[in-house]
Amino acid sequence: MRQTPRVRWGEFAIESLIRVIGFSTVGFVIIIFLFLLREGLPAFAQINLDNLFGTRWYPTFGLFGTLPLVLGSALITITAIVIALPLGVATAVFVREVAPNWAREILKPMIEVLAGIPSVVLGFFGMTLVAPIVRETFGAPTGLVAFTGALILAYMSLPTIISVAEDALDAVPKLYRDAGLAMGATQWQTIWRVVVPAARSGILTAVMLGMGRAIGETMAVMMVTGNAARMPLGLDALFRPVRTMTATIAAEMGEVAHGSVHYHALFAIGIILFVITFLINLAAASTMFRKRRRGGLR
Amino acid sequence: MDKIRTEHLYFYYGRKQALWDINIAIPERRITALIGPSGCGKSTFLRCLNRMNDTIPRTRAEGRVYLDGQDIYSPDTNVVELRRRVGMVFQRPNPFPASVFDNVAFGPRVLGLYSRAELADVVEESLRSAGLWDEVKDNLRQDALSLSLGQQQRLCIARVVAVKPEVILMDEPCSALDPIATLKIEDLMRALSKEYTIVIVTHNMQQAARASDFTAFMLSDAERTGQLIEFGPTADVFTRPRDKRTEDYITGRFG
Repeated sequence: MRQTPRVRWGEFAIESLIRVIGFSTVGFVIIIFLFLLREGLPAFAQINLDNLFGTRWYPTFGLFGTLPLVLGSALITITAIVIALPLGVATAVFVREVAPNWAREILKPMIEVLAGIPSVVLGFFGMTLVAPIVRETFGAPTGLVAFTGALILAYMSLPTIISVAEDALDAVPKLYRDAGLAMGATQWQTIWRVVVPAARSGILTAVMLGMGRAIGETMAVMMVTGNAARMPLGLDALFRPVRTMTATIAAEMGEVAHGSVHYHALFAIGIILFVITFLINLAAASTMFRKRRRGGLR
Repeated sequence: MDKIRTEHLYFYYGRKQALWDINIAIPERRITALIGPSGCGKSTFLRCLNRMNDTIPRTRAEGRVYLDGQDIYSPDTNVVELRRRVGMVFQRPNPFPASVFDNVAFGPRVLGLYSRAELADVVEESLRSAGLWDEVKDNLRQDALSLSLGQQQRLCIARVVAVKPEVILMDEPCSALDPIATLKIEDLMRALSKEYTIVIVTHNMQQAARASDFTAFMLSDAERTGQLIEFGPTADVFTRPRDKRTEDYITGRFG
């Protein structure tokens, strides 16, 4: 069967269009990364590495130590995950394994709505409601501390963790549940000893995606963590103000002179953040890949 | 001596009737095979005996199923306890994605056995009685999914044996296996029947003839799904069937 030139040309046009759109997505990522490098790399040349990875961030005095910011981000992200992981997994187990069908139908969309709440709203919520509670409960001088930020971030990463973990539980074959139950394990023992371990790589992916979400979050964090660029060391670090990488960039970018050392330093923070989130996503992707290779298990 | 006895057992998936008035007495420490064409209710019947059908929503059983004279469908039955007494091997080997050791140790651990030495004993004993010990003893930490299918199925049998049940239900345990692995499972069943009451669903009539002591033939007709047509010693059912339909089926006229 011969095609008319018209059809062939239309086919070609659509194919090329799709190809261009597809490649442009990759292109944009590369362009953004190159832009980040162009603006950020000079900082590594202009600022002493001792200074850049030092413990003091006072740009006005030429001190560009990013360590407190990196540790600040790490502290609240890890705390957030420590809070969100048990809650998220427990919720996923409830939604998938325990809740009756009608409850699942209500819960799943609600959890998805949770993901859509703008972060500034959560920040406001954290400032006005959570911060006073934290201040009073823990006797901190102010409620705008790392712990408040971690609570808000935990709340923000929950929808991601729940829905990815729930998918992982859903992918566990019924055969495993049957095997557990048929051996006289209770429902709880079956969930805890069979289903959750079988879904562990998916749950790990959920945690890492939640982490990626948490570490990149800016607005809510900037509103509730107090933004003091101090080293978050010592036992009380959780109940002192901290400043994250994201909040620093967002707060200071508006007031720096284009092309100044400070300007490049902010982009250098951007590069560090990019590398960290890239590594987290890479780890998440590789566990997913491993899972697929093993035929959907582990 | 009857281990399991059913009286007027009916079963429904929602509105769909699946078993019709099953009355059978399954003898203790013997192998009872359930045969019949697809959709005749063999597996449904099997899953009534340890109430695995309870896990399927909107199902209903009527009538009585006695295990050692106790009605397992009475309201005060502890289903978890029942399933410890009546273990099950499934159609497709379904070891957990864990090590060989952890698979066999699952049941004992669930029962609260944690001592390392005792666990090791139970695991060895169970693997031996499933005829798998010599093949895996050098590497009990290996992933259960790396075993061959036949080995996986024997591992599943070891896993059930480790709980020390009284009855083992097998739902077409060889349908995914090659002939040699199948023969191994049949030998194993023979050995296990010294201690356990075994009920096996099979599509394979040679298997029923070879490996069972008693055979039940089930069939559906237009109105009634899942009837028990004939039940008796395997030799009798295969050589002098009382019912015309049994004869037609075993001589291969349908099914």
